[in-house]
Amino acid sequence: MTVLQTLRNFYHRCASPRHFYHIAGRALPWLAVCAALLIAAGVFGGLVLAPTHYDQGEVYRIIYLHVPAASLSLMIYAFMATAAGIGLIWKIKMADIMAASAAPIGASMTLLALATGSLWGKPTWGTWWLWDARMTSELVLLFLYLGFIALQRAIEDRRTASHASAILALAGVVNVPIVKFSVDPELGFRTLHQGSTAMFDSQQMAPSMAVPLLLNIAGFVFFFLTVLLLRARNEVLERERRASWVRKLLEQTDD
Amino acid sequence: MTEFFAMGGKAVYVWTAYALGAGIIAWNITVPLRRRRRILHRLRRLQARERQR
Repeated sequence: MTVLQTLRNFYHRCASPRHFYHIAGRALPWLAVCAALLIAAGVFGGLVLAPTHYDQGEVYRIIYLHVPAASLSLMIYAFMATAAGIGLIWKIKMADIMAASAAPIGASMTLLALATGSLWGKPTWGTWWLWDARMTSELVLLFLYLGFIALQRAIEDRRTASHASAILALAGVVNVPIVKFSVDPELGFRTLHQGSTAMFDSQQMAPSMAVPLLLNIAGFVFFFLTVLLLRARNEVLERERRASWVRKLLEQTDD
Repeated sequence: MTEFFAMGGKAVYVWTAYALGAGIIAWNITVPLRRRRRILHRLRRLQARERQR
């Protein structure tokens, strides 16, 4: 069998809730271990090994949480909107489940990005909050996540709920590039937020500072996958509770 | 060690940020795990009741 066929096969199996449940169950411990190791290394490197910033001093160490949380807030939104769109167009149940499971995780990452940004802003800029392009668009992102979650909960019928919230998620996609590029002065944005730093360029950021940050970003991605699968498996059990494979599973496992 | 926890006089900001991070990570793990226990418990009870009939 060619690689492409194997991949296609894997994709079709994941689209079936039953196969997804079992594949996810086997992947979960590995994803969790990767997340824990990467985040432990990243946090240790960021708090202990990385040197003091020449200008900002020690407060800058907040970026080891702030940057991963903010990156994830955008990545998760893109993932959620894509999954919701696939569910809307091709009526794939697993895609709706993925979108619904990603939303609360994305909201929590957005909240963490805003809170850590604020905690860094107070001692560095002298203010907790400013209504500038970066901060306002990130706040809009939080409201989009909360609106998506509220809409899912407000509508009783699952298919109508997925339908309505998918349209909201897709409309909100316009906000993603706004957040991303809102610190670019060449595009006319004026903001207090510093511009993006090229982490792979040692002229811009020393490796001893950049490596822990990259480890933490990777760790947060694995963390997202771990808790996404935990939530999606719950969602599958809930929606498929009348299926015979769930009934058999309830008799077998005891956890 | 004391110097490390002092964070150059910015301890409040740095450690509050890290406490929030730990809290949000813990929330993301415990919520689905508790929901899983509740779902399994409920579905098993439903199944047992159906069998009695």
